[in-house]
Amino acid sequence: MQFEWIQIPYALLTLFIILNYGLLLNAFVAKIGARVGRRIGIPIYQNYIDLIKNYGLRSSITHGVMFYLAPVFRLTGGVGLILFVPTIYGSVMFSNFSFAGDLILALYFIFFGTLGMALGAAESGHPHAAIGVSRGLSQVTMAELPLALAVFSIALQYNTLSVTEIVAAQQGGVLNWTLFTNPLAVTAAMLSFLGSVMRPPFDVVLAPQEIPIGPPTEYHSSYLALMQTNRVIYPVAKMVIFMNLFFGGADNWPVFFLKIFLIYMFAVFIGVVFPRFRVEQSIRWFLIWAVPIGILAVLVV
Amino acid sequence: MKEELEKRIIKGPDGLEFEVEPLRDYYCEAPPTVMPAAYSKIVEDLFNWARSESIWILGFGTGCGAIEMRPLMTPRFDAYRFGVQWRPTPRQSNLFIISGYLSVKTLKRVIRSYEQMQNPKYVIGLGSCTINGGMYWDSYNTIKRLDQYLPVDLYIAGCMPRPEALLAGFADLKKLIRSGKAEGANEYAEKFEWYKANQKRVINDWDMPDYNW
Repeated sequence: MQFEWIQIPYALLTLFIILNYGLLLNAFVAKIGARVGRRIGIPIYQNYIDLIKNYGLRSSITHGVMFYLAPVFRLTGGVGLILFVPTIYGSVMFSNFSFAGDLILALYFIFFGTLGMALGAAESGHPHAAIGVSRGLSQVTMAELPLALAVFSIALQYNTLSVTEIVAAQQGGVLNWTLFTNPLAVTAAMLSFLGSVMRPPFDVVLAPQEIPIGPPTEYHSSYLALMQTNRVIYPVAKMVIFMNLFFGGADNWPVFFLKIFLIYMFAVFIGVVFPRFRVEQSIRWFLIWAVPIGILAVLVV
Repeated sequence: MKEELEKRIIKGPDGLEFEVEPLRDYYCEAPPTVMPAAYSKIVEDLFNWARSESIWILGFGTGCGAIEMRPLMTPRFDAYRFGVQWRPTPRQSNLFIISGYLSVKTLKRVIRSYEQMQNPKYVIGLGSCTINGGMYWDSYNTIKRLDQYLPVDLYIAGCMPRPEALLAGFADLKKLIRSGKAEGANEYAEKFEWYKANQKRVINDWDMPDYNW
């Protein structure tokens, strides 16, 4: 795809939509959780206020250079992910900077933020941060394995590394989705998805009840606000990839919103049903259940 | 001063000797400064509104009053609908609720936690023990008046106040913040010497730096 200058404002528009959607999605899910627990729950716009407040705090301190850079790395991971995958299939406006090999780049970006966070949290010097980072890295690495296998599998299946072409191959009916043409890969990837959205049963990394509150223990004011911004962009960006690879993509925004919401609710439902894993349990779980399915998916294709 | 906090020479695993001074190495010495409000009034008003609608409480219960904070998370009281939530670390919290009596030993930890919170920060004294000692008025081991040691924005009287009283207190605190009157952090920075002198008068084993953020 040729580069045009107009792509930059288009990509920023996508980013803006995704940011707002992510903020509302998080609040909406929290609201549903509250209603299930017979509470009223947070206002739907609470996340916006929290962001403004954290950006508006007057003082902030630093523990060193990496401490500064970690939130930036984290945000780069989320924003980079969203910039290089097409959000709306067939739309020139919302294809962003997708190119022939974007799938591989996306895999890198998924891991990028975690690594930056690990460096920054380690520099903050807080013991809880160190524990959180070691747990987080081992769990995310483990969760990444089935995803990588699933991605190899469908790259072999469709014989391309371009997300756009993979979406194009799934058009023309629900039965053309990867979900039905390659269910093993989708299963492996969805299991891996559970491990990276930081919801139970895989949220031991930053569960406030276990280690308050893991890697971001020392982060505050605008650092924390940057990380909050990423925490709404990154999951949506990741779900965009899942939607494109496995669930036929979306050719307009309402379908996009609906599919992302449903993919997210998958993780939420699993999370309310199952209790939290310890980190060695979750690693074992990924090795026993998710990785073999991923290998099988590659072999079958 | 404790032995492990004193200045000493340490031999590293690679044979190099280096000097360690824990109070200087692990903490910052700079005293707090008065942080001015945003330059433009309209921006400061926006921030104050956001601060008032997003109050993050430090999850630190100092006395029996802490038991009155827990019901606020439950369906019956549900403080989350007012933008109130609990944070596990002082770095991310804005409101410190001194819940009930404060023993001298706890005061030390309270000061450290309070100083690690970011400006602007607010303190609520919960229960009569924080106002005049309450039922511990003649105790050798608790402080009697909280506002001699920390700048208090709001008191909630009672022994114990019900969770409803806390909710009413949050509503009052919101009004204070929105009108720009909740400037406890700056007050602490301005009268730093006075607060430190008071704190050091009751804390006998003062083995921390004067200010640790």
